[in-house]
Order: sequence, then structure tokens, then C-alpha cells
Amino acid sequence: MGAATETFYSVIRRQGITRRSFHKFCSLTATSLGLGPLAASRIANALETKPRTPVIWMHGLECTCCSESFIRSAHPLVKDAVLSMISLDYDDTIMAAAGHQAEEILEETRAKYKGQYILAVEGNPPLNEGGMFCIDGGKPFVEKLKLMAEDAMAIIAWGACASWGCVQAAKPNPTQATPIDKVITNKPIIKVPGCPPIAEVMTGVVTFITTFGKLPELDRQGRPKMFYSQRIHDKCYRRPHFDAGQFVEEWDDEAARKGHCLYKMGCKGPTTYNACSTVRWNGGVSFPIQSGHGCIGCSEDGFWDKGSFYDRLTTIKQFGIERNADEVGMVAAGTVGAAVAAHAAVTAVKRLAGKRDDTKQDH
Amino acid sequence: MMDAVARPAEAEPNLAAIAADAAGEHAVGRPTVYVYEAPVRICHWVNALAIVVLMITGYLIGTPLPSVEGEASASFVMGYIRFTHFAAGQVLAVFFLARIFWAFVGNHHSRQIFYIPVHRKQFWKEVLHEIRWYAFLEREPKMYVGHNPLAQTAMFTGFTLFVAFMIVTGFALYSEGEGIDSWQYRLFGWVFSIWPNSQDVHTYHHLGMWALVMFVTVHVYAAIREDIMSRQSIISSMVSGERQFRE
Repeated sequence: MGAATETFYSVIRRQGITRRSFHKFCSLTATSLGLGPLAASRIANALETKPRTPVIWMHGLECTCCSESFIRSAHPLVKDAVLSMISLDYDDTIMAAAGHQAEEILEETRAKYKGQYILAVEGNPPLNEGGMFCIDGGKPFVEKLKLMAEDAMAIIAWGACASWGCVQAAKPNPTQATPIDKVITNKPIIKVPGCPPIAEVMTGVVTFITTFGKLPELDRQGRPKMFYSQRIHDKCYRRPHFDAGQFVEEWDDEAARKGHCLYKMGCKGPTTYNACSTVRWNGGVSFPIQSGHGCIGCSEDGFWDKGSFYDRLTTIKQFGIERNADEVGMVAAGTVGAAVAAHAAVTAVKRLAGKRDDTKQDH
Repeated sequence: MMDAVARPAEAEPNLAAIAADAAGEHAVGRPTVYVYEAPVRICHWVNALAIVVLMITGYLIGTPLPSVEGEASASFVMGYIRFTHFAAGQVLAVFFLARIFWAFVGNHHSRQIFYIPVHRKQFWKEVLHEIRWYAFLEREPKMYVGHNPLAQTAMFTGFTLFVAFMIVTGFALYSEGEGIDSWQYRLFGWVFSIWPNSQDVHTYHHLGMWALVMFVTVHVYAAIREDIMSRQSIISSMVSGERQFRE
């Protein structure tokens, strides 16, 4: 997928821009930025020599929905991201090379761009049985991951799998599928959760890293703040119906037709951090809530294990039977109430009996 | 809850009257001890009201009222419920902090609900005695000026710890709406390091509410019962601040 040494300049030339135009662009940029007379040639030099950031894209236990999402990016178009901005040197799902040829690229990148390449990981490694549940190139995926992570500049954890574990890590997680940040602990990791993440969020993250040469600002959970600092709920276009108290009570009721809030139908918008309600999907066409279905919280930790997608209150499995907080609480509070009532009754009886005794003694 | 202390040595002067009582003499007038200072009483009733409001509104946030008809711009039901919940929550937080402050400057009774003297053997003995009293195995209750040891244990875990938990998780959840640059998130965002999915925090906050429902049930019952059974004022003490011992 493109020579590993390709620079921005060669890409620019390949896209039909003349060297003359290229230098005009450099001069103009330097002038408009108010830089000194030497800046134009420095910019030109940088673009001619600075290699595009090599990206190694690996696949662990996953369903490829992240890749499927990524290749549908509209802004920027994925062709621009892959062919111009980054140098996608390895992606076993979509690359032409296969077998030993493909493995060679990994070795080559590791040697040539030590500490400079981005390791993008889709899916996660299963750790049970020595990682035997995911074999890649004849070796457990976890070994390959650790090897490539050693010399990477940073790691992008694509999707809910790499970020949190997702479905393969759902209870009881027989393969012990483990998110990337629990396996690689000595490298900066940027989580881009979602099942899959929004295409524009993915290319946006890649664009940021290649443009500025550093990771975007991350939140407490390691997610880029620019896409994950707010909940679906905070920017939901149905929010006015929530605040007014207008809810869909049943699928297909009048409120559903009118597009009222899906809170009572178990929408996870209030607990889900993602950019769906602003960036939306398929080039900004729609997103689940706009299509009449609640958010299922696919970019959140352990979203498979929080009970039904259609319940407002989370199922609590620790109590044996599946119950939510209200059911557990009401049973507990009811028990306490009954105990108190019984205690009061016994107290009253005892007191009456005691009084009778006292009266007898008095006589 | 009930109070008072079987620590006659540290004794407010009025305790002498009880001693006289125990000696078989009928005291002239009922002995009273000043237990709850005004700030303690104010905090008690403000917190009680705030907790009731928080429970009702909190329940309605988890299980909203039936839908409202008409244009969304015409009503703000959920908005008002949530506002009330947040406002009551902040009131509770402020008065809880005030109460902690008073524990430092108030009398020794004001400190009781903030600790359990786990190292004192006598304390556990008296806890056992109280348990036996509630299990109808003791005929006579011991009199305490402040909380009895069992009550102190219940107050510390059932009130102080649970309410602290509710305030912390409550502010963490509130910070989600305020945004990650808010002071609420800076102070309480660490909750999401423990439970990355705020859905879990919602659930625990919800369970905490039910735990407080249980506490309130027992608290109110025990206060009324002790008022009647242990021959000392309990409920009116939280109004006047004075504990009256009846014969």
C-alpha cells in the first residue's frame, strides 16, 4: 500500500500539482503566516522530506465493522485519508499483499520507523489459553500486538472491542478477550469507542494525528475530547421532548410517530458519550434516535452486560434473578417496612402484657 | 434516633437528677439535658426535607410521569423535576458540609454520627445490649444522653456514609450535564474512573436511594418507639434540643 518512504511532496505531485504550484503554495503559506524570508524554503523542505506517518492497522478479535465504517468516511473521504494523509502500510483485511509478503511489511516498518508509526488496532486480543483463540500469521494475536506496540509512537484502539472489550468480552467472556489498554500499558493509547465508531470520527482522529504529529486531547477514559466529551443526550434533537416530559411509551404509539423522547424505551443517550447526535452517520444522513430507535450505548464500557437495550433501569444480575434497582430496592425497603411493622406489633403486645403484669402486682 | 450516654462521669449537671432517680428517689421536675445545638437541629430538618424531595424527584427521574400532551415548548415537567432534584441535592450537600463543620466546633454529641469507636470494647458491649433490647431480650433500656451505641452505628453507616456516597455519585452524574470542564467534573469525575460507564453510576445512585429509604424507615420507627418505650424524649428533642428523662 504505497512505498513506505513516500512524502507529502510526492503525493502532491502524484495528484497532478506542478512543482511550480507547489513552491507558490509554500511561499503563500509562509507569507500569510507572517513568517520570515527563509520560511518558504523550510516549508517546502519539510513537505519534501517529512515522510507521511506510517500506520499499521491490525485486527484482533473483531467483526471488521470498524473498517467497514472507516471506508465510508465522507469528510475527509477515506481515499484522501488513506492515499494522501497517512501511509497505510499494513492492513491485512484490505491490503493486496498476503502471507510472508504481508508479514515482511510489519518487520520493515518496525525497523525503519522505530517509534514513529501509529499502531491502529481493531478488535482485541483474547488472553485465555495463551491467546490461542485468535491466531494471526501462525502466532497468537496478543504476541503480534505486543511486538508491534513496542516500537509504535502511539496506539489507536478502534471501536468498542479495542477500547472496552465489546461483545467478545461480555459475560462470561470465555476467551478472556481484553481491551488494548489492559495489555499494553507503556504507550499512549487513544480510545475511539463505538460499535463501530463513526467514520468521520475515525478519519478525524487520524487527520489530527498526522497533521499535528501528536495525539488529540484525551478525556479521563482516554477518548479524544473533541468527539467524546458530551453525551448523545446533551445534543439530541429530541431533548426538548425529554425536558417537557413527552415520551414514547410504546413502540408505534402516537408519541413515537411524533418523534418524542425515547427515554422510557430504554434509550441510553443519557449515559453514552459519542458524537452521533452531532456528526451523525452515513455522511450526516441520520443516527439511531433520528431513525426512531433508542441509543444502545455501543460506545460505552460493557454495554452488552447492562440488561435489555429497551429498559430504562439497568438490570442487576448480582441478585440471582434479573432485577433492576427499583425492584431490588422495593423488595428490600418492603422487607424493612414489614420488619418494622412486626417489631412495632410485638412491642405493643409486650407493653400491654407488661402493663397487665404491673397492674396485677400493684393489687 | 435515641441518644444519651452511659458515661455519667462526663456528666452534664442535670444527670445528677437521673442518679437520684435510680436511687429510688422521685426527682422533683423532669431532668433535662441540652443535647442538640441549634445548627444540628437545623441541619437535621433541612436534610430530612431535602432527602424526601430527592427521593421523590429521583424516583421520577428514573421512572418519569406519564407523558404530557401538546407542544414541547408548552411544558417543562421533566425539566422542573430535574431542577428540583439538583437544587435539593445541592442544599443537602451544603448542609451536610455545614454539619461536618459543626462536628468540629459543636459539643461532643455533634460528633457522634461521624465515627464509630470501633476500638472500645465497652462500646460493642453496649451495642449488644441495645440489640438485645430491640430483640425484646432486655426488660429495661439504658439511658443515653446522645445516641445509644447501636444508634450511633446506624447513624454513621446508614446516614453519614450513604449520604456521602449519594452526594459524591450525585455530583458526578450532575457533572455529566455540566460538562468535563466544570468544577463538578474536576471534583467528582474520578467516580467515572471507578465505573467508566455512567449507567452503572446511575444504578448505584438508585440503589443508594433505596438504602436511604430503609434507613429513614428504621430511623423514624426507632425514634418514635424510643420516645415511648425508653422514657426519654426523642422527637421533641430534635425540635427543642433538650432531652427530657421521664421516670
